[in-house]
Amino acid sequence: MIRQFGWGEFVFLLEGARWTIVLSLLAFTVGGALGLAVALGRTSKWKILRVLMATYIQIFQGTPLLVQLFFVYFGLPMLGMKVDVWVALTIGLSLHTSAFLGEIWRGSIQAVPDGQSEAARALGIGYVHRMVDVVLPQAFRIGLPATISFLVNLIKGTALAALLGLTELTRSGQLMANITFQPLQVYGAVALIYFFICLPLTYCSARIERRLHAVR
Amino acid sequence: MNYTFDFSPVLAAWPTLLEGVIGTLRMSSLSMVFGLSLGIVFMLMRLSNQKVLRIIAIGYIELIRNTPILVQVFFVFFGMPAIGIRLSGEQAAILAMTLNCAAYAAEIVRGGVQSIRPGQIEAGRALGMHTADIYRFIVFRPAIRAVYPALCSQFILMMLNSSLVSSVSAEELTYFAQTLDSQTFRSFEIYLTLGVIYLVLSQFFSAALSMIGRVYFSYPAK
Repeated sequence: MIRQFGWGEFVFLLEGARWTIVLSLLAFTVGGALGLAVALGRTSKWKILRVLMATYIQIFQGTPLLVQLFFVYFGLPMLGMKVDVWVALTIGLSLHTSAFLGEIWRGSIQAVPDGQSEAARALGIGYVHRMVDVVLPQAFRIGLPATISFLVNLIKGTALAALLGLTELTRSGQLMANITFQPLQVYGAVALIYFFICLPLTYCSARIERRLHAVR
Repeated sequence: MNYTFDFSPVLAAWPTLLEGVIGTLRMSSLSMVFGLSLGIVFMLMRLSNQKVLRIIAIGYIELIRNTPILVQVFFVFFGMPAIGIRLSGEQAAILAMTLNCAAYAAEIVRGGVQSIRPGQIEAGRALGMHTADIYRFIVFRPAIRAVYPALCSQFILMMLNSSLVSSVSAEELTYFAQTLDSQTFRSFEIYLTLGVIYLVLSQFFSAALSMIGRVYFSYPAK
């Protein structure tokens, strides 16, 4: 008796989607924190730090996410580090995220008019306060749409976790397709779930971007 | 840490890796060409006066852009046989990547076309040019010029994304690397080398494409 793709099977996919969301949020949080460091390094006054961060970004933007994940998951254990699939994915996706967000936020920091930080410096405000109170709040506004579109990319990127065997949405789909022999319906449903997770974010990002342009 | 690095099995397998590089380039460039052509069709639909065409184009573009390419690849490779279309790994990969690229290319090219001022088109019409000629000489060339860098990054992105069609056994670089990994168990060396190869490829193509762009799209227009 072959199972049919019905409501119960759809709920199984939704349970997989939960891990997609958890993994995305985890990578976005950790990667965001690292990304801020990358962005600050990339805009720092020390050349060595700028070059270092530019190389870091180049490496992650110039290689496929899949290879980065394979490297962490299959490569690191060779060096004697035991990595669980969740740990490997969190490390891999966070590093990936930090490089992309670092580049996006570098752009936003540099888009804040120079006069702002010059004025802060003239008032004798130190680096930390200048960044936290003057530059970053303005950069945040400028970088928000691109950050949200990156989040959409990240959510889509977590589908690669299926290839490492983590049962998130895509992997649940694979399992379901193997059980029901209805790949068309199953992958269609998987795609729709991703679509309804990502669409509101895409819409949000486009809206904010339009509003930003309207202000200027 | 008592691991001895040994790159020799990886280096010895260079003919296989080269075959992989060729596979990767073949699949990504074919998908780019087909995707760009299909993308232009969707872009024209997106800008058409007919509401139905517009809605179809927007629906398609948003559907593709908001779902993972891996799921699109699975949908094509595993789903198509269910409606009687049997595809090899490579055909499925190229089809999925083409469909994916079309949506992104449509949006990129639309940006370029909409950057053309209406006055230019009106001037063309005033000179008595045909609509086709107006599109060819006044709209497309400058539009492509404007979005050429974005199209180049789209190509690089396609090349990097093509790594995941290894999951449907399309024979490209990552596929061969995985095979090599299961034969030699030198995962660290293999994936490090793999990363370096992709990095070199993406750097090379981004430099080469921007050079081509500088020559081909140089001002004054040829």
